[in-house]
Amino acid sequence: MHFPSDLAATRRDLLIGTAAAVATTSSSSRLAAQAPADIGPVIAPVSFEVNGAQREFSLDARTTLLDALREHLHLNGTKKGCDHGQCGACTVLVDGRRINSCLTLAVMHQGQRVTTIEGLGTPDNLHPMQAAFVKHDGFQCGYCTPGQICSAVGVLDEIKAGVPSHVSADLTATPEGSEAEIRERMSGNICRCGAYSNIVDAITDVSGRKA
Amino acid sequence: MKSFTYERASTPAEAASAAARNTGTRFIAGGTNLLDLMKLEIETPRHLIDVNSLALDTIEPLPDGGLRIGALVRNTDLAADARIRRDYGVLSRALLAGASGQLRNKATTAGNLLQRTRCPYFYDTNQPCNKRQPGSGCSALGGFSRSLAIVGASDACIATHPSDMAVAMRVLDAQVETVRPDGTTRRLPIAQFYRAPGDTPQLETALAPGELITAVTLPKPVGGMHVYRKVRDRASYAFALISVGAIVQRDGSGRVALGGVAHKPWRIEAAEAQLPKGARAVTERLLANAKTTDDNAFKLPLVERTLAAVLVEARA
Repeated sequence: MHFPSDLAATRRDLLIGTAAAVATTSSSSRLAAQAPADIGPVIAPVSFEVNGAQREFSLDARTTLLDALREHLHLNGTKKGCDHGQCGACTVLVDGRRINSCLTLAVMHQGQRVTTIEGLGTPDNLHPMQAAFVKHDGFQCGYCTPGQICSAVGVLDEIKAGVPSHVSADLTATPEGSEAEIRERMSGNICRCGAYSNIVDAITDVSGRKA
Repeated sequence: MKSFTYERASTPAEAASAAARNTGTRFIAGGTNLLDLMKLEIETPRHLIDVNSLALDTIEPLPDGGLRIGALVRNTDLAADARIRRDYGVLSRALLAGASGQLRNKATTAGNLLQRTRCPYFYDTNQPCNKRQPGSGCSALGGFSRSLAIVGASDACIATHPSDMAVAMRVLDAQVETVRPDGTTRRLPIAQFYRAPGDTPQLETALAPGELITAVTLPKPVGGMHVYRKVRDRASYAFALISVGAIVQRDGSGRVALGGVAHKPWRIEAAEAQLPKGARAVTERLLANAKTTDDNAFKLPLVERTLAAVLVEARA
């Protein structure tokens, strides 16, 4: 640790230390940044299915799946909350599994099948989970709702597939759709309005109908 | 996010070789930690090698009765595998105690081992951090250190390793299989995988530049009661303040590793000889050289009490 009295030496030591570290490893990100100048945008092609339609893109390789959906396809149902995988507002289904679309690059999904809230159902023909959220008033402001609903659809599929959870008492038993199970499995979706109890009721309702 | 060039690798050896050819390369698999850090420009790779299409996503039985877990097996699939649930329960429990359902669906076995610390100063690019910017200093020393290390740390870094899965892997004596840029392979015991922070906290593992993890292997099942108990600030979706992974046999012998206390899963085999004497004796040996701050001194009694609860559960 450097103390104020060491400051004169700090910069020089840092440069020497940095050069030595570059020689031995490429693992530190800061070192890479200090190497040659930044490279310009890299445009990459990618194609995947979104809500049943094949889509082709030519986009900056940095584009997340979330931004590709919102900014390129104008599917604004999927929401950007924290953009760091902490809130779940961006949850979509990829090949049937729920993921955070903000923490994955669009170019990593070549040939895959993406389902967003717009692909689950329509205002005239709601998906059972969408209908249950309306019936149980499972939201207030609605911002987290598309992510909650996509996540809930994924949760019921995971329970059906026998995936255990942190609160499953017996790891080898078939998991059940209890309230405790649903609450644990939905912990990656934050609702700032606090509509959790109605969200659990909505999911339980759909779970019961399926069983 | 800084711009990067992007390629999809077709074989593990090619991926390793390409990584060695391009400076500032990162492999990307699940991406759940790397992209978070790239958005904050804590990670600034100039080249990304997407390894998702490498066929490393299966769990195969080994001739010795163990299992070979492909590097790309997703955390959800590993936790849900019938063999893991039956014979390696501590691993399934540890995985399910970590992250959220969405993240576990994406995060991979190798990526979980390689995830980086959640030390608040590593994440705050306005603050000095020896891990993020070598030689800049450690803001955590004398700073907000409630979540940070109490053993194995140095004057340069007191970050903790955030993984729950790695704690279980350590209890299970897992081995890490890799391929190097020259095409050769090697197998490393997990006990030798993480480097002590010392004066170079930016160097976190024994991996050489370009070296790619291809699998993690587990020895044949050892039986016993498997327990993983994690103590955190909320009931779900939070990193551990401390965690205890244990396998306890009927005769009272067993294995114990801790999470949330060091730069790596913390296990000292000699401490396990104290198991018949109880949690206090084991903890005293495990944390004999602990160095705490006012903020994180609570971890010492918390480890002992959590281990006591784990032993009660394991012997029930």
